[in-house]
Amino acid sequence: MNMIETVEFKLNHKPVRLSIDGERTLLWVLRSDLGLTGAKFGCGKGICGACTVLINKKAFRSCQVPVKEIHGREITTIEGLAQNGKLHPLQKAFIDHDALQCGFCTPGMILNAYSLLIEKPKLTEKEILEGMNDNLCRCGVHQRIVQAIQSAAKAMRR
Amino acid sequence: MEEEKQKGNPLEDANDRFILDRRQFLKALGGGILILFYSGDIAETQPPGTQGPLDFNAILRIGEDGRVTCYTGKIEMGQGIVTSLSQMLAEEMDVRLDSVDMVMGDTDLCPWDMGTFGSRSTKYFGPTLRKAAAEAKAVLIQLAGGHLKLPENRLIVKEGVVFDKEDAKKKVSYAGLAKGKKIEKRLEKKPHLKPVSAFTVSGKPVNRVDALGKVTGKAQFTGDIRLPGMLHARILRPPAHGARLKSVDTGAAEALKGVQVIKEGDLIAALHSHPDEAEKALARIKSEFEVPKAEVNDQTIFEHLLKVAPGGTVVQRAGEIEKGRGLAKLELEGTYHTRYVAHAPVETHTAVVNVEKDKVTVYASTQRPFSAKEEVAQALGVSSRDVRVITPFVGGGFGGKSWNRQVVEAARLSKLAGKPVQVAWSREEEFFYDTFQPAAIVKINSGLDDANRIAFWDYHVYFAGDRSSQLFYDVPHVSTVSHASWSGVPGAHPFQTGTWRAPGSNTNTFARESHIDLLAARAGVDSLAFRLDHLKDARMRRVLETVARRFGWNSSKRPSGKGEGVACADYNGTYVATMAEVAVDKNTGKVRVIRVVCCQDVGQVINPEGAKLQMEGCVMMGLGYSLSEEIHFNGGQIQERSYESYEIPRFTVLPKIETVLVENPEMPPQGGGEPAITCMGAVIANAVHDATGIRLFELPMTPERIKKALSRG
Repeated sequence: MNMIETVEFKLNHKPVRLSIDGERTLLWVLRSDLGLTGAKFGCGKGICGACTVLINKKAFRSCQVPVKEIHGREITTIEGLAQNGKLHPLQKAFIDHDALQCGFCTPGMILNAYSLLIEKPKLTEKEILEGMNDNLCRCGVHQRIVQAIQSAAKAMRR
Repeated sequence: MEEEKQKGNPLEDANDRFILDRRQFLKALGGGILILFYSGDIAETQPPGTQGPLDFNAILRIGEDGRVTCYTGKIEMGQGIVTSLSQMLAEEMDVRLDSVDMVMGDTDLCPWDMGTFGSRSTKYFGPTLRKAAAEAKAVLIQLAGGHLKLPENRLIVKEGVVFDKEDAKKKVSYAGLAKGKKIEKRLEKKPHLKPVSAFTVSGKPVNRVDALGKVTGKAQFTGDIRLPGMLHARILRPPAHGARLKSVDTGAAEALKGVQVIKEGDLIAALHSHPDEAEKALARIKSEFEVPKAEVNDQTIFEHLLKVAPGGTVVQRAGEIEKGRGLAKLELEGTYHTRYVAHAPVETHTAVVNVEKDKVTVYASTQRPFSAKEEVAQALGVSSRDVRVITPFVGGGFGGKSWNRQVVEAARLSKLAGKPVQVAWSREEEFFYDTFQPAAIVKINSGLDDANRIAFWDYHVYFAGDRSSQLFYDVPHVSTVSHASWSGVPGAHPFQTGTWRAPGSNTNTFARESHIDLLAARAGVDSLAFRLDHLKDARMRRVLETVARRFGWNSSKRPSGKGEGVACADYNGTYVATMAEVAVDKNTGKVRVIRVVCCQDVGQVINPEGAKLQMEGCVMMGLGYSLSEEIHFNGGQIQERSYESYEIPRFTVLPKIETVLVENPEMPPQGGGEPAITCMGAVIANAVHDATGIRLFELPMTPERIKKALSRG
């Protein structure tokens, strides 16, 4: 049995304090302990990107992050992206461009794109393709996701 | 099941059930105006002995609040019917799109439905839904006539409010009319439908009605269901299909805090309130399996399949093959191979089941909730009447979620644990239990006459099924024979195979359209011109001509070195033609698809954006089975069990995709979820041939296969 430790962090702008086995993965702590199911399980190996969340505004595969590592950090899940009832430009662009079908990979797609755009607000198409390449979508909505990211990028720069 | 069927008179039983079910359904739905209707595919497909009313398979309700709700056993897995069906309803009833609700795949609220597959929802269900809506509107108009004391021909409807044409102040809303009413009607007569020219909602692009929930994380999938006391189960799996458990030691797992281990026959699982803890416990279960000797592997599979193939079924026959052969100046034979391909949806098979004393509640990622209901009832030995299946959003199906193994596992575990149980397959389990698109073979013998026309076409397909195997080109002497369908025959496949997006058609279209190109090249005729020379079918000509214009196809002898290909197909009434441009790296053998133009005639289009989205998805997904996706195996041992080894198309292989919908509004809507994927194998193979002069007879066209073919020359 691993040690129970105290882990404190901000989750979608609110403070959280857990007494928890620090080795447990963030994905399951979010989904199971904290009831936030927006981050999805797709592979459990950090390959598909369905579990992507933001840690200090940078995209991480939550299935690969031990919860102790987020102590003192700020976590944003898809549930926390819209603020004061206002959708984030990426969320709006995904709707406007029909950039989803089954929607299972969508939270991970949006948060990964967010992270890319925070790092570099003006991305070439090639940079978007490469930056998104490790987020998998089986419905094949890739073209629209690229378009959505491009139009969200414009809106975010405004 | 067998036993049940023999008991009593099945028809009488069905009647009893029907009366009970109708009461049960209608009670659950409350007041308002109800229209009970069915789409044509119910009677032929509802197996005897299944629970459910026999004379309707969907309900339309105008609630006392004026909202319009459709209850249907169809499910939403990304294909967008929650939007297109809502549009049809809003259109016919003259209400706003946002006052329509779809209740889908809930077996307590929705009458029996066989499942969601085969691009059937819009084609078969849609038209009946429109009629039901028209009927409901007629009832409302009648009520409004009484309410406003006006003749019906004076009334018009706008956004759910009935007005007097001559005095807009005289009006009453649907809500006002439905309030306090309880009217049930079966859709009997053929109501008057709106002409296409009057459409204001259908045929216009709208954003998906499920999008908001999906971009905010609010949309619920089965794995997101949380029930009080729920345990997550991880199940012990064999290393290969057909393996037998020799010994198991669960002691170390049972010693873990909060872990419950369940053993019942072949079902051994570790359960915990957190899935990661259940996973840890499973890792502590020690087991030994006996793996049977592998009889067949990916090297020997085609030989094996031909050996065990049953005699064929004639799909199509015209003229006499021997006569045609006599007319041919040259004969061309081709044997085409396609490999096992996985569905690989990003949401793995998932179920949550709560077995209680008198009822069983199931949440499942399934394309067949009503099958799941029967399967659970059978596994638990309860009446299917006591089982309710609820289908949250499904995270991709593609034909793979027509099998409900995970649902039965969760049901058995919930019963044994005495608590709600969630089973969510790992990615490894998802690949292992995938009901793959089968490996298949097509053998074509054909010939050209003196005028460079196809003299005969002798076609045998093995293990793909006959869908899209019929030749639509004008050839005088044709024989098309299908040997075994996609589900195979006992002893054929070392694991389960099944329906994979456009089942059978991917293989048949790859073979036919490759072979047509082979003939065209031999005839020295441009591959588009050669097709048109053999086509009288006006719809097919039109999609080909349209795609050629958009693509900018230049007639030329092939191979031209340009890397352009064409393919077309007819899939259950939808016509599709695709052109692609590729570049082949002769050193690495890598094919890069640069541009794809796809043109489709689906008849009437309900949601143009939705239809195009499906086409784009087909193109993208089709790149996978054409270029990279393939399951290797040794007997029942599956090699590719992760997204690392099994390569699905990603962003960096995205071509420029252009889609065109041919206008054909007078034809009833056909299916659009699958047709465009069928052309992808052939269009790329033909473009590769155009680029290099090398023809690939096997999918996927991996770099290794391309290099091998190039070295053979």
